[in-house]
Amino acid sequence: MWQEKIETMPREELEALQSERLKNQVKRMYERVPLFKERMDEKGLKPEDIRGIEDLHKLPFSYKQDLRDYYPYGLFAEPLENIARVHASSGTTGKKIVVGYTQKDLDDWADCVARMMYAVGLDNRDFVQVSYGYGLFTGGLGAHGGAERIGATVIPTSSGNTANQLQTMVDFGSTCLCCTPSYALYLGEAAEEAGLQDQLKLKAGIFGAEPWSEDMRHEIEKKLKLKAYDIYGLSEIMGPGVSYECEYQAGMHVCEDMFIPEIIDPDTLEVLPAGEKGELVFTTITKEGFPLIRYRTRDICSLNYEKCKCGRTHVRMNKPQGRTDDMLIIRGVNVFPSQIEEVLLKVSGDITPNYQIIVDRVNNTDTFDINVEMSEELFSDDIKSIEKTEKLIKDKLRDVLGISAGVHLVNPKSIARSEGKAKRVIDKRKL
Amino acid sequence: MKQLSVFVENKVGRLSAVLEVLRKNNIDISALSLADTSEYGILRLVVDKPDEAITALREEGVMVKCTQVIAAAMDDAPGGLAHLLALLTDANVGIEYMYAFIGKAEGKAWTVLRVDDIDIATEVFMKNGIAMHDDHDNYRK
Repeated sequence: MWQEKIETMPREELEALQSERLKNQVKRMYERVPLFKERMDEKGLKPEDIRGIEDLHKLPFSYKQDLRDYYPYGLFAEPLENIARVHASSGTTGKKIVVGYTQKDLDDWADCVARMMYAVGLDNRDFVQVSYGYGLFTGGLGAHGGAERIGATVIPTSSGNTANQLQTMVDFGSTCLCCTPSYALYLGEAAEEAGLQDQLKLKAGIFGAEPWSEDMRHEIEKKLKLKAYDIYGLSEIMGPGVSYECEYQAGMHVCEDMFIPEIIDPDTLEVLPAGEKGELVFTTITKEGFPLIRYRTRDICSLNYEKCKCGRTHVRMNKPQGRTDDMLIIRGVNVFPSQIEEVLLKVSGDITPNYQIIVDRVNNTDTFDINVEMSEELFSDDIKSIEKTEKLIKDKLRDVLGISAGVHLVNPKSIARSEGKAKRVIDKRKL
Repeated sequence: MKQLSVFVENKVGRLSAVLEVLRKNNIDISALSLADTSEYGILRLVVDKPDEAITALREEGVMVKCTQVIAAAMDDAPGGLAHLLALLTDANVGIEYMYAFIGKAEGKAWTVLRVDDIDIATEVFMKNGIAMHDDHDNYRK
């Protein structure tokens, strides 16, 4: 193990460590992050009211909207000269969200990923090809940091150029591939077509940043002849490595010495007992640059506190099984139906026409189509004007979402309604 | 003259469904044209009772619009249409779309025109003695 003492720490000891760190974090943030102080004051809470993790549930939540409202640096808890790097999420609704890391944060992050890499059997003799995109997205540099930390040879190919990726994999003898699962599958198919499968030396794949199914895992494993492991993370909390699968692949271990997970009922906001399914909430207890208390991820999952066969005591979360909001992840981009609604409203005048979003996965790529019912406002006796309207919708959607969608004008009242309400999203992807 | 413009999604049975509504309501079609793309089409219709037809189609949830067009008479002989269009060209009137049909009047054919300036087009035709249909069904006589 990379950090055996921490990773196998008995729960009591771990909780004591968490309590100590939580207290410090709350005190520090109360002094440094005005929004946090404001929310504490609203609840009549003082830092000294938080005596340990048993008081965690008293703390105020934080939300993605906070990151937009205080863009770019308004929630940082360190002076900017101590910020070593920023990342930004593939933000879609105009404003990006920005997160900052001190050098210590970056080191901690590398440790998270290093723990996973050790868990799946990698060390300094391995060649880790990082085919996540490098840039503001946390995928590339996150995986890179972990691979460097364990002393592996990093092959920073970044994403894209499939033929070159495969050739690199063969020539450089990559033993581990890090990328999104859909890209892994795509690479696998390309390898099969090119007849390169037998020349691959891959043993492990570290895949994340988008939802994927067990079927997809088997398919990737078959095609790339490796063992495929799931990694979870979000840039608000750290990036990939917040939790990860160990060699037993029985849920993802949360790096609990840094992040405390809770499962809440998204309606009552009450903390749910261990094992129950609800919304995942994280508190970062070691983060310096950009700490968050009780951040609502909107991901739905459950936690398993049983000790894992691998010997690690850190709690395991299962793969998120949906979202509490209606966010869709399409081609790695976050899409909210409300964004589509706004575009249609703008194009159409005062009334939003009925619409339906259809998402599917064909040849391992997400397809994204929007059916729009023809309305008085959109209709014309002239094809040219309708085509212009169609194009306007498409262009505006691309501007707002950052990805393109197929727009199809359909007959009025042809979108199925149940109890008078049209079903807005049909997600045919089997995830 | 009133023309019905109907949105028809490019799917089996959609066009029949529209025509079925007209049949049920005893609406007679004099002329039609269909402009199409790969995903949908616009069915343009000249009918005997446009207002009744629109009401009936709307009731059935069909997207229909009423468009003002000109139906101009021309000689059913070589050069008939060319003459008509030359008049519009001279008056600098652009044509959005058009389609023609042969009516019941002896020796005459009709062309339905959607133009960018209907007033000028009407004026030009009147000045040149071109008969126009005025919702009074004269192309049937």
